[in-house]
Amino acid sequence: MHAVLTGPLFYGSLGVCIIGMIVRFYQYFNGLSWQLDRVAYKEYPVMGFKGAVRSIYKWLIPYGTYGWRTQPVMAAAFFGFHIGVVFVPLFLIGHNVFLQEKLGFSLFTISNPVADGLTWMAIGSLLFLILRRLVLPEVRIMTDKKDWGVLFLSLAPLVTGLLARYQIGDYSLWLNAHILSGELVLLAIPFTKLSHVFLFFASRAQLGMDFGIKRGGLKGTKMTW
Amino acid sequence: MPEGTLCNKKPVDTAEGITTLLADQSGKKYYEEMKRLEIDSDLLWKTIQNTCKTRIRTWLEICAHCGMCADSCFLYLANDRDPKQVPAYKIQSTLGEIIRKKGKVDNAFMLHAMEVAWAQCTCCNRCGTYCPHGIDTGIMFGYLRGLCYQQGFVPWEMKIGAGMHRVYNAQMDITGEDYIETFEWMVEENEEEYPGLTVPVDVEDADIMYTVNAREAKHYPEDLAEAAILFHIAGENWTVPSKGWELTSLAMFAGDWAACKMQVESVYDAMERLRPKRMIGTECGHAHRATVVEGPYWAGRKSGRPPVESIHYIEWLAEALRTGKLKIDPAKRIKEPVTLQDSCNYVRNHGLRETAREIISYIVEPGYFIDMSPNKEHNFCCGGGGGFNGIGYFRKQRNVGLKVKRDQIIATGAKLVIAPCHNCWDAIRDLEEEFDIGIRWSFLKPLIVKMLIIPDHLKPEEEGEDE
Repeated sequence: MHAVLTGPLFYGSLGVCIIGMIVRFYQYFNGLSWQLDRVAYKEYPVMGFKGAVRSIYKWLIPYGTYGWRTQPVMAAAFFGFHIGVVFVPLFLIGHNVFLQEKLGFSLFTISNPVADGLTWMAIGSLLFLILRRLVLPEVRIMTDKKDWGVLFLSLAPLVTGLLARYQIGDYSLWLNAHILSGELVLLAIPFTKLSHVFLFFASRAQLGMDFGIKRGGLKGTKMTW
Repeated sequence: MPEGTLCNKKPVDTAEGITTLLADQSGKKYYEEMKRLEIDSDLLWKTIQNTCKTRIRTWLEICAHCGMCADSCFLYLANDRDPKQVPAYKIQSTLGEIIRKKGKVDNAFMLHAMEVAWAQCTCCNRCGTYCPHGIDTGIMFGYLRGLCYQQGFVPWEMKIGAGMHRVYNAQMDITGEDYIETFEWMVEENEEEYPGLTVPVDVEDADIMYTVNAREAKHYPEDLAEAAILFHIAGENWTVPSKGWELTSLAMFAGDWAACKMQVESVYDAMERLRPKRMIGTECGHAHRATVVEGPYWAGRKSGRPPVESIHYIEWLAEALRTGKLKIDPAKRIKEPVTLQDSCNYVRNHGLRETAREIISYIVEPGYFIDMSPNKEHNFCCGGGGGFNGIGYFRKQRNVGLKVKRDQIIATGAKLVIAPCHNCWDAIRDLEEEFDIGIRWSFLKPLIVKMLIIPDHLKPEEEGEDE
């Protein structure tokens, strides 16, 4: 079981995720149309690029936009969750030992206590986001099965990872469950709402180009996000 | 009944057609017929496949249903935070549903979609600036309006408005002759006070080609006089085209994209015919957006720009005050609490957030200007944008929507609201009528005409001799 999970399934899910991302990125930008979208993307590549970069980085900064500042609690939960689920999978020492073994390279690592803290922060934030979804009428009205699916799929590797980390009960069971759930996330990324992992950048870039070119950019006004 | 005699999928493109529609008071029969209008699902789905590309599809797909757009929508706030007014819900339950069902939707669904598209969104695009994913629901509602229009589910006034553009190249039944006659008459009325005042018609190679909102000619002709006076005092070399003089586009509100193209092309033709250095449009928001911001794309102009540099009236005013072409008598500046309504269409959607404030710095005594909160590109819609003001069928919903602007104005304590946009001006007038909060409202032209220092050589003779 462990051999399958760390062998073919690992390579397969990672491959599907990466190829899927590349294909969808290509499809996205290939599908932009200057006339249908009413943005002269190609005429003003520099303005468009500047607008895109601005639109992305402003939203990546906690409380960097009006949107984040008007909803400070949501912003805290949002960043608490996302910082955890980006940093821990990529920079955990254990993951990088595994990467080195399987792919022959590794990334920058963070210490285990930091990773523990980030994981707890992510779980706490996600639980808050779940609660928010249950309690707030403006969120509940839109919530569908897919939203719950994505939420629990994201929660699974975090919880199983911690159970394995603290060796509660059967370590190898939790480790396998952790690897499997992580691989399921990788597989789901290109095909579900989790595609926002990369399409966030595409969508933000598009709106950034719109403002950077058409909606004020050519007038010399930088959109105050 | 598949197609009604008044309510159907065919655009109105004859004067008789418009007269017939207008004869149906408040669209009573029109809306009755709409309840039996059939949907051409094949056409709907084919259109979506051809025109709904990755931008909108990705928006609909990655929307996290997080509800962060809720508070950004003035209609959500005005309707006591009704979750059915959350922008993401509104678009997912209409456009999203049409796409999920591949166009196979029924009459009741389309009636509902029409109400959401015209009475629950003014296409102000504020939500787009509050979504972490950069999802601009206002753009999607504009797109949805096009689909509804194609299927005949469009508010009565919008169908008529789009038809007017098709027949008259104007939002009202005013011909080029009517327009020029009105302009000339208004100039005559004022030439005693302003000797030498003229309206130069179809002058080639002028510095400025001026375009207007047809209702200025029909209902507010003094606006034309004020424009002429201000250009005259500023010593501008200006002209008005006898064809292609209408800046507005009710066709844009209606989602009648073919009429949008016809309309802007009439203005672009005038630019090409008269070769002015610049085009200046009147104090209107959607008209600027239609002709200057969106129009080039409808007309297939890859540059995304009209044939000649085209600016909003406030840009010209700010420039004329800055360069001293127009001078304000400091004694006549506004000395009462005053605020400014930022029009979504040229502030949020065309970057002109500082321009009107520059004008304010010349015409308001320091200390009397109070900004609304929020303001500039984060300002709320006046409550009547996107055609909402003009739709009798949704008047009740529009009046509820005015509450947010009312409260913003009350919070400033202003007695006067400057609204350099026809839609905003109307909405603020209507909110005063509806809620009686004791305010006045004004365009910039009449305010500035009253506080100008007239150069001696432009004064009436008697007055000149006296001094």
